[in-house]
Amino acid sequence: MDMNLKLKIWRQNGANDQGKMVDYSLSDVSPDMSFLEMLDVLNEQIINEGGEPIAFDHDCREGICGMCSLYINGEAHGPDRGITTCQLHMRKFKDGDTIYIEPFRAKAFPVIKDLVVDRTAFDRIQHQGGFISVNTSGNTQDANSLPISKHAADEAMDAATCIGCGACVATCKNSSAMLFVGAKVSQYALLPQGQVEAADRVRNMVAQMDAEGFGNCTNTGACEVECPKGISLDNIARMNREFFKANI
Amino acid sequence: MALDSKVPQGPIADKWTNYKNHIDLVNPANKRNIDVIVVGTGLAGGSAAATLAELGYNVKAFAYQDSPRRAHSIAAQGGINAAKNYQGDGDSTYRLFYDTVKGGDYRAREANVYRLAEVSANIIDQCVAQGVPFARDYGGLLDNRSFGGVLVSRTFYAKGQTGQQLLLGAYSAMNRQIGRGKIQMYNRHEMMDVVLVDGKARGIITRNLVTGEVERHSAHAVVIASGGYGNVFFLSTNAMGSNVSASWKIHKKGAYFANPCYTQIHPTCIPVSGDHQSKLTLMSESLRNDGRIWVPAKLEDAQAIREGKKKPTDLSEDERDYYLERRYPAFGNLVPRDVASRAAKERCDAGFGVNATGEAVYLDFADAIKRYGREQALIHGDHNPSAEKIDKLGKEVVKAKYGNLFQMYDKIVDENPYETPMMIYPAVHYTMGGTWVDYNLMTTIPGCYCIGEANFSDHGANRLGASALMQGLADGYFVLPYTIGDYLSDDIRTGKIPTDLPEFEEAEKSVKEQINFFVNNNGTKSVDHFHKRLGKIMWNKVGMARNAQGLTEAMAEIKALREEFWKDVKVPGSADTYNEELAKAGRVADFLELGELFAKDALVREESCGGHFREESAETEGPQKGEAKRDDVNFAFVSAWEYTGEPADAILHKEQLEFNDIELKTRSYK
Ligand SMILES: Cc1cc2nc3c(=O)[nH]c(=O)nc-3n(C[C@H](O)[C@H](O)[C@H](O)COP(=O)(O)OP(=O)(O)OC[C@H]3O[C@@H](n4cnc5c(N)ncnc54)[C@H](O)[C@@H]3O)c2cc1C
Ligand code: SF4
Ligand code: FES
Repeated sequence: MDMNLKLKIWRQNGANDQGKMVDYSLSDVSPDMSFLEMLDVLNEQIINEGGEPIAFDHDCREGICGMCSLYINGEAHGPDRGITTCQLHMRKFKDGDTIYIEPFRAKAFPVIKDLVVDRTAFDRIQHQGGFISVNTSGNTQDANSLPISKHAADEAMDAATCIGCGACVATCKNSSAMLFVGAKVSQYALLPQGQVEAADRVRNMVAQMDAEGFGNCTNTGACEVECPKGISLDNIARMNREFFKANI
Repeated sequence: MALDSKVPQGPIADKWTNYKNHIDLVNPANKRNIDVIVVGTGLAGGSAAATLAELGYNVKAFAYQDSPRRAHSIAAQGGINAAKNYQGDGDSTYRLFYDTVKGGDYRAREANVYRLAEVSANIIDQCVAQGVPFARDYGGLLDNRSFGGVLVSRTFYAKGQTGQQLLLGAYSAMNRQIGRGKIQMYNRHEMMDVVLVDGKARGIITRNLVTGEVERHSAHAVVIASGGYGNVFFLSTNAMGSNVSASWKIHKKGAYFANPCYTQIHPTCIPVSGDHQSKLTLMSESLRNDGRIWVPAKLEDAQAIREGKKKPTDLSEDERDYYLERRYPAFGNLVPRDVASRAAKERCDAGFGVNATGEAVYLDFADAIKRYGREQALIHGDHNPSAEKIDKLGKEVVKAKYGNLFQMYDKIVDENPYETPMMIYPAVHYTMGGTWVDYNLMTTIPGCYCIGEANFSDHGANRLGASALMQGLADGYFVLPYTIGDYLSDDIRTGKIPTDLPEFEEAEKSVKEQINFFVNNNGTKSVDHFHKRLGKIMWNKVGMARNAQGLTEAMAEIKALREEFWKDVKVPGSADTYNEELAKAGRVADFLELGELFAKDALVREESCGGHFREESAETEGPQKGEAKRDDVNFAFVSAWEYTGEPADAILHKEQLEFNDIELKTRSYK
């Protein structure tokens, strides 16, 4: 059954604008639409009425690029679990609902326009150690010359599935980036290839995280709940261990 | 200009080694004085940017997303091929080469494909050294799976997120170089044009998508790695921002565009659900390892299912038609993509489709669940397991293998694929065509290179699964870094290219003119309106089956649509802010030109080959009846189109393909 919705959406014309919530209404929304397709339809309506469409980030629309964001009814990536905003479908809402749509808010993620925020702080943390220093010469050893236990490989893979969306930061009352950084540190900490630079990596990435203005972790665990990729708090614990190891 | 593929002399197995031994090199001190621009940071551009920076060049890299990590390579699910022969099942460089040329229906350049197969093993070594967490077996060694069109198991994978993990590997290599200042990364920047100085590519004009600023960037060479152009169909499995613009801009400045009509329509995608549809989602080909494809054997059953009166699980085995297993006993559900897609269309056109639109077939895991369940029970020492136990154990195995895909399907369709078969239908997925390049990956513009999906080089008329990731990384890590050095060795004394040359001024001016046109054009229809209409023309007349009449009509319709677009497009907002509609308008303008050339290319190619199926060219009798009919006498060439103004007036140049190491044969998967 098609739905009629009331939408309250954050509009902000550039980083220096104050910004405010604006009301829209949209009718004939199909439950099979994705949330972003609903916004497409709204934007088409706004354009036809001579307005400026709502800016929001998106690209792959299949939950893997990490580009989409949105804080929907007070939750990063909306009410469903284990998915990104682009994977949210309108069947999770009912006819007559009012939906609040805001950007991911954090000091380290300044608003660019409307619902679009700048998450390049994440990239800058990666520049400080999110890699293994190996050249692409083509002369590396045969991939099977170093067996890695399936268990360690699977755990490294689980940590590596982080898509860098920033929902963890947006959800955290301290705007902490520990889940994101912990996931990257863990991926390499779990693999033999990552050992050589382990101490420098964790020190440098944590220093950059602090410099970017992300807050501290107080173990609330909200990040884990909202993370679309199920990155677990164990990664934060592992990062803390790595950090202590590096500093003794 | 005559096309020169610059393929080195000598036996195929020695060409690349000999080539590397004889090219000119740039010494490390001189590399510091040379700048290279890389447009795109997917697997191809990301790996190229990192490697060029490691070698010592100054690299400027560009992407339209907010981070290099978000390039659409991230979405690749299934895996990456490499001729490692870890499974000891008879794989070799030659076999990978052979499979790729055959899979491409003998429309690729042998020497390029051989080189690809040759460097494939290095890719896996490289990625593992970078910390890419490929799947492993209990002994700790790398695991493999099979993909369509081959008889060996050579595909490496990282759950259903192989592209993500490979891209994050390339991204990490980039991060190391960004941290050292050897790569300057420009996120949220769109390339608007290429700048030629004395006939050589010497820079680009970009638009900063946040501030709207139009900028000039100079370099000694320009590398285009901007991905595929499947979005010319509006609906595809590509990302929303995927575009042809970077390739199209170089085309308009002299780079030939090759085989635009070679498109891969992937057989296993989630069907269209309504008019609001903005993109289509792939269900990885790896599912065909375990899923069986079928439609009802009887028309009444198909109709009952469409009307919701029957469920797929109501049908017994003999009421089902496993049409791929029936038609292609040797390869069964693992036939190549083009064959599987056409077979699905054939059944649906004949009335056997299973969803409300009549455009869907089943992909069923019930047998796989049973098979795995029994196997697991045995492993656990249970020789007489109950049906429930088999079911439970089997589902666990299927979940471990494909869990994220099943979840994705459930979220989109709202049906549980562990309990009822998936519905799938073909969708536009990949473009084999692209900018023409020689053996060095250089386009017909000196100093302008093209790598990854954006070029035409390795997949002929059809790409085999798990080969695009391989090609992107081969181009970026192992091929371009050599070939570009040979060209740049002439530039060690050139010095920095100034950006105040008249050529830059002129290019910037025309870019600004187009931008101003869009924001000031008082049209009445949105950019998407035109894009969707273009997509419909392409899908209906230039899609899975093509004929001369439809193609001729498509050309005229696209031209008319293009004219309407320029008169009536409405772009709200201004030029000097973040403005997605403006960015989209530029991309759709280029799609509206490409679309027409695409149809023209399909019209000229009167044979069927790979993903290009001309209804006029099918086998009419014998065991191959109904299958595509290639014409090697008249069409064993690459079509390379030269831009002259209107797409309809483009000039065709032919690169004749020679097959010295593989015998040209009818492609049979029977
Ligand atoms: C859903 C899906 C699943 C797939 N699965 C597999 C698989 O399992 N195995 C396999 O081998 N292949 C697979 N493929 C194909 C493969 O992923 C792609 O062909 C390949 O990753 C393309 O890489 P690329 O580097 O050429 O381009 P992309 O990764 O698309 O990168 C393009 C880059 O160019 C930039 N760009 C584009 N236009 C501009 C512009 N105008 N200005 C500035 N920058 C620009 C983008 O920002 C981006 O950085 C899949 C493809 C899809 C869509
Ligand atoms: S940890 Fe989870 S929520 Fe945080 S960036 Fe990664 S995927 Fe997003
Ligand atoms: S748009 Fe890519 S994750 Fe949502």
